[in-house]
Amino acid sequence: MGDERHGDPKHSGAVDPVGQGDVNQFTNPGLPPHPPRITDTNPQAEKRAERQVMVLFIISVIGTVLFFFGYFGVGHTGIEIGTKLRLQNTLIGLGTAFAMLGIGLGIIHWAKALMPDHETAESRHEIAPESQRAEAQEIIEQVLEESGMKRRKVLRNTLLGAAAIAPLPAIFMFRDLDRSQLGAHAMVDRLRHTMWSEGVRLVRDPSGLPIKASDVQLGSAFHVIPEGLNELHEGKLNEKAKAVVLLMRLPKDKMTVSPGRETWNVDGIVAYSKICTHVGCPVALYEQQTHHLLCPCHQSTFDLTQECKVIFGPAGHALPQLPIKMDDEGYLVAQSDFQEPVGPSYWERG
Amino acid sequence: MSQTTEYTPKTDVGRIANFVNQRTGAAAAVKEFGRKIFPDHWSFMFGEVALYSFIILLLSGTFLTFFFDPSMAETHYDGSYVPLRGIEMSVAYSSSLDISFDVRGGLFMRQVHHWAALLFVAGMSVHMLRVFFTGAFRRPRELNWVVGGVLLILGMAAGFTGYSLPDDLLSGNGLRIIDGVIKAIPVVGTYISFFLFGGEFPGTAIIGRLYVLHILLVPAIILLMVVLHLMMVVIHKHTQYPGPGRTEDNVVGFPVGPVYAAKAGGFFFVVFGAIAAIAALFQINPIWNYGPYDPSPVSAGTQPDWYIGWVDGALRLMPGVLGDFSFERNVAFPWGHNTFVFNVLLPALGPALFLLGLLFAWPWIERWITKDNREHHILDRPRNAPFRTAVGAAGVVFYCTMWAAASSDLIATHFHVSLNDVTYWLRTIFIIGPFIAFWITRRLCLSLQRKDRETVLHGREAGVIMMSPEGGYSEKHEQLNEYKRWRLVSFDTPQYIPAQPDEDGKITKKEKRRAKWSKFFLEDRVAPVTPAELAAAHDHHEVEGGDHKSLGH
Ligand code: HEM
Ligand code: FES
Repeated sequence: MGDERHGDPKHSGAVDPVGQGDVNQFTNPGLPPHPPRITDTNPQAEKRAERQVMVLFIISVIGTVLFFFGYFGVGHTGIEIGTKLRLQNTLIGLGTAFAMLGIGLGIIHWAKALMPDHETAESRHEIAPESQRAEAQEIIEQVLEESGMKRRKVLRNTLLGAAAIAPLPAIFMFRDLDRSQLGAHAMVDRLRHTMWSEGVRLVRDPSGLPIKASDVQLGSAFHVIPEGLNELHEGKLNEKAKAVVLLMRLPKDKMTVSPGRETWNVDGIVAYSKICTHVGCPVALYEQQTHHLLCPCHQSTFDLTQECKVIFGPAGHALPQLPIKMDDEGYLVAQSDFQEPVGPSYWERG
Repeated sequence: MSQTTEYTPKTDVGRIANFVNQRTGAAAAVKEFGRKIFPDHWSFMFGEVALYSFIILLLSGTFLTFFFDPSMAETHYDGSYVPLRGIEMSVAYSSSLDISFDVRGGLFMRQVHHWAALLFVAGMSVHMLRVFFTGAFRRPRELNWVVGGVLLILGMAAGFTGYSLPDDLLSGNGLRIIDGVIKAIPVVGTYISFFLFGGEFPGTAIIGRLYVLHILLVPAIILLMVVLHLMMVVIHKHTQYPGPGRTEDNVVGFPVGPVYAAKAGGFFFVVFGAIAAIAALFQINPIWNYGPYDPSPVSAGTQPDWYIGWVDGALRLMPGVLGDFSFERNVAFPWGHNTFVFNVLLPALGPALFLLGLLFAWPWIERWITKDNREHHILDRPRNAPFRTAVGAAGVVFYCTMWAAASSDLIATHFHVSLNDVTYWLRTIFIIGPFIAFWITRRLCLSLQRKDRETVLHGREAGVIMMSPEGGYSEKHEQLNEYKRWRLVSFDTPQYIPAQPDEDGKITKKEKRRAKWSKFFLEDRVAPVTPAELAAAHDHHEVEGGDHKSLGH
């Protein structure tokens, strides 16, 4: 252990600053001679620098005036946002910029041209002098001694025990951060259910118009929500975040249908969850020729002809399919809810 | 006290100063700091840029709080922006629109705040690179390096919480991604997600909660860390670059009053002015174009703020399935099946933990490998620490590959290549890029060091070609003066230290491992020129003064 701290196990550990002489034999020549600036030698140059600084400060004043011109002169834009807002933003902004830059550059120029520019040296001090450390150690030992921490082991240990569990309530207080008042199991179980159930109509997002099987043409994709979603007053976005669906028609010969899913489509019309199984963005892009669905967030690509299996990108499983059928009036409806949780995967998904 | 005659000031200012001093003893602080010496170098400005951007964030952010309403209650917009009138949205989004359109200067303040945030994290990042590549993190500044690293993380946290507040389409999508990442955490992820969002995503609680984090908790901790950071800078005194007159025991520079204070104070206004100018001329985050958050639509080609890009990019680089193998693993436990979402977990946590872990631990790693536990107040020129510079370059490439991956779709459309190919290439670079960068950078540093040696030994090429009476050509070389030479010879470069026996005379396994690293990192080494070498080189020039073979170096 000691070897890493001190470089040498026998060494005292005293701080050893990098030396000059031990690495190379050259001697430090000391600060180079200091050439005077022209403002130091030429009174005219000095006057000129002074004028430049003053001009910069005056530019700042002009900037402040420009700000007020933009603020009051343009005034409230009302609905004429197009040109007026841009103008106001530019005037206010450039006004502020000039006001600040004028002051800033002025001061810096002043410092560089007119204040003394001699570099000087100051010596460093030891950060942790040994005498202080020793005194501090004594004090700490005295404090420990007087407090009885060392002698009264029982007191110390019961205090430690008490202090260890006392914060637990503070942690459990956060349980109601979830406002549902559900038990742990029911809380997590919500992720398995959406608004879809037997007979719920597939309607267009956002208009809410129902969809007939005959409306769904090859190559077109419908953005779909469950009927009744728009009329919800509470939790509308929560439901929407789980229930959005993409509806497309596939040529029958292009479809692979796994056992058990034979009846989930209506004549090649299929519905899949629109929530990416990666981390939940809407899978918004449908490539008609390839029948690929693409998530714009991290480019997960799902192959519609293979039941939306992942063929590229970071998603870990296929988009869940919504079983659909046709109702008596020829509108598309759900047969049931999704058969698996939609969206990103999670521990309890199983 | 009553014994001595009290000092009576003559002027009004003097009277006030005296009054304050008698009650606070402020004279001691003036004595301590008034003429304190600060070294000057352009690369020391990055930390200041970060600091000043942070102040501007506090100022502009406070202004915004007077108008922003973090409620997720539903409302119908009726402000000045006609295209969105009557649309259902959250109060948070509507109040952000009001700030943009119905509060004079509100748009400007929003843009100042956002640009300042980008600059804040950028300033910190570049500052951190400066500290790393110059070795300013070495003893006694290791803790300040750690504080700086914490600041960098906090800066990203502040940025992300802020980005989410306006509740527009993009910010909601960002939150959705965070939700998905959180859910991937084994055992507790689902609960954390519910607790964070107050129930299922998106709920109606998240904006209010992020608001408290964004305007209170995170800035307060940042402020605390900045204070700690600057206190330590005062305690350690600033490092300085090597140069004539500069030693490990002194600080060469300008006194705080007046020159350093004027330059640093002036620089605050310059940073403020620059941010104001950018905010005046360049639009950022036009939330009215995106619309309110809705889980259904999303626009392609949208980008997160730059400092989040690397995490987003890492998510993109990870393949979810390879052939039939899915990185999403369902595992049977005695109580049922649970899911490990490695395709999200690995990229979201892996690179971040690796990079940040290495960053925090580096001062100790380097000390362990080099066995150098001395105090360093003189900075390294990056070339004089080839191993460190190479490691840094590898880290930069690692980071930048992820960062580029966050724009893989833009790269693909811009260069008309397939998105999948871009991803495959980036995956390759992600894995081998850092090694290549390490190797190239080390070679580069070593040759720069050799060039420095040449310059010291044979002088600088003066650009004058001379013809000798015999008709040969040679370039005239100007010998360096002692000040210039000192810059090139006054460095100390660590050497390979073979495994050392410990007190019991045994060589531990750990020590052997250290020696391996030491060999790998430090075996190739260029030593600084010694006076003896210089003298020999000069003799050589004199003895063979007319020899034109000296042309070929
Ligand atoms: C809020 C963010 C930050 C602020 C306001 C800030 C500010 C400063 C300032 C003004 C200095 C003195 C001058 C200079 O060298 O630039 C400094 C020094 C230092 N900073 Fe930071 N910094 C920040 C973030 C960081 C980060 C991210 C790191 C590294 C992980 C870091 C590590 C250091 C170290 C080690 C020093 C001492 C360097 C020396 O004396 O040369 N800082 N910081
Ligand atoms: S959320 Fe769809 S790819 Fe990441």
